[in-house]
Amino acid sequence: MVAPPRPKRRFRQASVIPGFGLTFGYTLTCLGLVVLLPLAALVAKASGLGLSGIWYVATDPRVASALRISFGVSLLAALTASVFGFLVAWVLTRYRFPGRKLVDAVVDLPFALPTAVAGIALASLYAPNGLVGAQLARLGIQAAYTPVGIFIAMVFIGLPFAVRTVQPLIAEIDKEVEEASATLGATRWTTLIKVVLPPLIPAVLTGFALAFARGVGEYGSIIFIAGNLPYVSEIAPLLIVIKLSEFDYGGAAAIATIMLGISFLTLLAINLIQAWSRRRFGYV
Amino acid sequence: MLHDFNLDVRAGELLGLLGPSGSGKTTLLRIIAGLDTPDRGRILFGGDDATFLPVQQRAVGFVFQHYALFKHMSVADNIAYGLNARKRAERPPAQEIKRRVGELLDLIRLSGFADRYPSQLSGGQRQRIALARALAVEPRVLLLDEPFGALDAQVRKDLRRWLREIHDRTGQTTIFVTHDQDEALELSDRVAVLDKGRLEQVGTPDEVQENPASATVLRFLGDAIEVEAIAEGGRVRVDGKPTPVAAPAGLIGPVKLFVRPWQLQLVEPATAHLTGTVRSSYRSQGRQRIEVGRPDGGLLIVEDSDGERYAAGREVGLRINGGYVFG
Repeated sequence: MVAPPRPKRRFRQASVIPGFGLTFGYTLTCLGLVVLLPLAALVAKASGLGLSGIWYVATDPRVASALRISFGVSLLAALTASVFGFLVAWVLTRYRFPGRKLVDAVVDLPFALPTAVAGIALASLYAPNGLVGAQLARLGIQAAYTPVGIFIAMVFIGLPFAVRTVQPLIAEIDKEVEEASATLGATRWTTLIKVVLPPLIPAVLTGFALAFARGVGEYGSIIFIAGNLPYVSEIAPLLIVIKLSEFDYGGAAAIATIMLGISFLTLLAINLIQAWSRRRFGYV
Repeated sequence: MLHDFNLDVRAGELLGLLGPSGSGKTTLLRIIAGLDTPDRGRILFGGDDATFLPVQQRAVGFVFQHYALFKHMSVADNIAYGLNARKRAERPPAQEIKRRVGELLDLIRLSGFADRYPSQLSGGQRQRIALARALAVEPRVLLLDEPFGALDAQVRKDLRRWLREIHDRTGQTTIFVTHDQDEALELSDRVAVLDKGRLEQVGTPDEVQENPASATVLRFLGDAIEVEAIAEGGRVRVDGKPTPVAAPAGLIGPVKLFVRPWQLQLVEPATAHLTGTVRSSYRSQGRQRIEVGRPDGGLLIVEDSDGERYAAGREVGLRINGGYVFG
């Protein structure tokens, strides 16, 4: 018996739609020019310092604390935005109330608003003499010019991502599936936990990842409310701008590269969790 | 929209709720399940008033037309769902649940499918899973809403027979909704015919077919033609000639006579109740179906054994061998 020839691992699958080569090449070219080229230039600039140079920048206490604040607060803010974004999406899709369309449109405003405008508005609201800040000050909480302010700004800009990613899935929930659960004797709580939420998990994670990425990269709205005290409320993107204004291009590129690396690893991890949860919960 | 009526479902019976779309049959089923609330009236289970019992406590099994399976759960988890959802004190031990799921999978003949997901199954298989899921909680009554509506003809037929078998084996009180009269007549112990939110008739398939309570029931259960007739001396006459149809007591004067295609016989025009011209005819399964145009422009279809051929344009007479008159 002759063993059948092992099929060659082929790079492309035969498809009824022609033009794979052309479209693939076009896609790669665009991706390369628009996304990869600037990133490569950045890494190239940073590599001028050498690994030890980058390590030196990363371990600088001011840089390290800025990175800690950027990523730590982003995670917290993305988490918060996911929870509240989910609630907003739920209310907007599951209930009918006057003004629903209006509220639905307002959700997108943080997308469109110039970030500096948002930052100034937030800063004046949360400043110790501001509308909300004065109340918080009475409780002994200072929001503006502390990491709390950074957190508030990041939740603000991350919220639309969290809402918009889960909203279509909530709208798609089959009412009959909930009714089936109820006829089988499940309480509303059990129905929610066991039937309604699991299929939404991949979308919630996507929203979380987007809100997180937006938070890490955010600059405009934060610098107005953060106070930008080194070691306390200074974010990494601001530090990059400071380095640039000091003509320390290498240092700026080094911080940017470190941020790039951490962001990439974090997003990769979230994507892996997502792929797993899709296998686990997302059978459609 | 439902009007007032009383419907008594007997323990262990398979009751078919039959009606055209919009007749309120699904609404009735949902009210029984507790998924919708009636404005007035009561739902009794055995002797217990269940009208205000929340759906979770009614112990009904509900099977939806589009299955409504939990897509993110395996087949076994779907079936075990109702048992797992119980309060800890009432929940059977895990081993017992597993055994029960195995039993149900055997019952629906999908034993090897425990670890599959609904998306990997065909429509007929999904509906069987949905049924097993509903049976797992041992409901007081099983409610099926157009259970075969989304399936193709052959699967539908198989599932019908199979549902009847399961019912005979388990003795589970079952109510199912359908707009397909064949389905209702084939499956049910008794049929309840609904129209425009009113209960028109309840009876065995034979009863509703032999003695339809109203013209609506009659029309819904099959083709029928309407013939102008006169009730006189306890008999119904058409064109002055007596028919075998007895007039209801006390009914005198012009009436409408409803005749099924098989109650018409092709005869010589001289002795006929009705006359007409053959428009066309075709043969199917050993019978001949002949379309006859009436002088008044109406069209009727007659069935005849597949003997003599009737060419288009031929003048024929029709004798009425039976029919229904409603007072």
